[in-house]
Amino acid sequence: MSELWEAFKTAIHLLVTLDPEVVQIAWRSLWIAATSCAVCVVICIPLGNMIHFNRFRGKELLLSVIQTLYSMPTVAVGLIVVMLFRRSGPIGPLGLLFTPDVMVIGQILLVTPVMLGLMISALSGIDKAIIETATSLGASRMQAYRICTREAKFAVMTAIVIGFGRAISEVGLSTMVGGNIEGYTRTLTTAIPLETGKGDFPLALALGIVLVFIAFLLNIALYMLQHRRAWTRLFIWRQS
Amino acid sequence: MKKFVLYILTIAMIVSIAGTCFACSSKNETTATPTATQTTTATATATAIPSVNGSRVRVATTTSLYDTGLWTYLKPMFEEQYNLHLDIISQGSGAAVNLSKTGDVDVMAVHSKAAELQFVADGYGVERIPFAYNYFVIVGPASDPAGISGMNASSAFNKIATYGITQFVSRGDNSGTHTAEKNVWKGAGLNYSEISASSWYVSAGKGMGDTLFMASELGAYTLSDKGTYLSYASNMSLTILVEQGKELLNVYSVIAVNQSRFSWINIAGANDLIEFMTSNETQQLIADYGVDTYGQSLFFPCFGNEPTQ
Repeated sequence: MSELWEAFKTAIHLLVTLDPEVVQIAWRSLWIAATSCAVCVVICIPLGNMIHFNRFRGKELLLSVIQTLYSMPTVAVGLIVVMLFRRSGPIGPLGLLFTPDVMVIGQILLVTPVMLGLMISALSGIDKAIIETATSLGASRMQAYRICTREAKFAVMTAIVIGFGRAISEVGLSTMVGGNIEGYTRTLTTAIPLETGKGDFPLALALGIVLVFIAFLLNIALYMLQHRRAWTRLFIWRQS
Repeated sequence: MKKFVLYILTIAMIVSIAGTCFACSSKNETTATPTATQTTTATATATAIPSVNGSRVRVATTTSLYDTGLWTYLKPMFEEQYNLHLDIISQGSGAAVNLSKTGDVDVMAVHSKAAELQFVADGYGVERIPFAYNYFVIVGPASDPAGISGMNASSAFNKIATYGITQFVSRGDNSGTHTAEKNVWKGAGLNYSEISASSWYVSAGKGMGDTLFMASELGAYTLSDKGTYLSYASNMSLTILVEQGKELLNVYSVIAVNQSRFSWINIAGANDLIEFMTSNETQQLIADYGVDTYGQSLFFPCFGNEPTQ
């Protein structure tokens, strides 16, 4: 028990003194997840609108596939990415395996289904009349999409936050495609198993606390988004 | 339809811009001196395929070298002396050989003599250069239920097999240590497929540090190199039980991947690393590594000679 307490005290000390190793690992986790989320946002918002508002053959199938990919195991995606990006693979000549860039690409693959699916369900929650009104008032497709997205903005933000959560907390993909290289591709989630296996519990704990803290912040953001949405809805209802 | 095509093109453009930005930013992380850049870019431009990692050297290493902290200790010195980034991938000798065989790394540092010689013979590697050695030890619980303490390696393995109650944790990952373990079983006259199917045999599929941790928790025996054992000993409840046996010699070598086989290999960086590891100063550092903390050396330098005993 005292060993646990000692480890915990050392962990807090590492955090409070902003230990450089902890900081660089945490920072790397954040920017890799943020970059992949940013690209996903650019992909998913227009794509989500296009899928939701258009009728086409195979739409139901596409939606099912997206939902199935929500829980795609990260190691499965990791395996596919390794096979594609290793030197002997099709995208090998780019030499991206064991770099942070391929970690971003992998996370994009991981997060896109989640963000896309949640984006579509966000849009399905708004009034159909909005897009019809916008189009009848002369809005182009893209303008109409923008209006609808703005209408569903809290649900869309929720989708983004959930996507970010998936990106920052995944382990399998990051370890396999990044190689857990110290100072280059080591993130919070790949460092914790390594340090735990080495028996360096203070460092593992410090990293774990940072990770849990980030998850906590995400949760608070989600709560505020949901809460505000409820308030806004209530307000509009009252007005009418 | 037109709008859709336009949209797809915009996405492709954004992604490729983002991609080139990352490629640029990871290149800009380097602070190569003119001479170092010249050598590496000269090699790069001599090849048809551009290397994204111009001044990064990638080494695949065995976990028993990495878990002792030796690489982490030497890395800053190497990086400063040669102005290169050293990317260390620690996944075990088996994985290291596989990565080297596909040219995913520039140089490997492992301890699996037979596999290394085959690797060079097949043209994948340039030359096998031993740079350090130590000995394997059989470790286990202090209570030593099977009573193997003080025996030599083959007899000890025989005793563990006949006792059949206390578990034996194997690396199970085709690493150098795993290969050495298989050789000891064979040398003891036992059939490895029977042994590995036994109920007391645990195939961990993990690196050396993790395997020691598992053995400690399970109260089991395992084979480890002495260096990794010493660096983990304070965190675990394992004692050295067997240290005798010629089959326990453990030689680490460094091999550059053959650039004529894979044109993108950073051969200049690989050779710099080999030069660094075999230099007298580094060899002395390797000899002194861990002496202050553990009271004995974790590794012995080769000083250019292949150790035989």
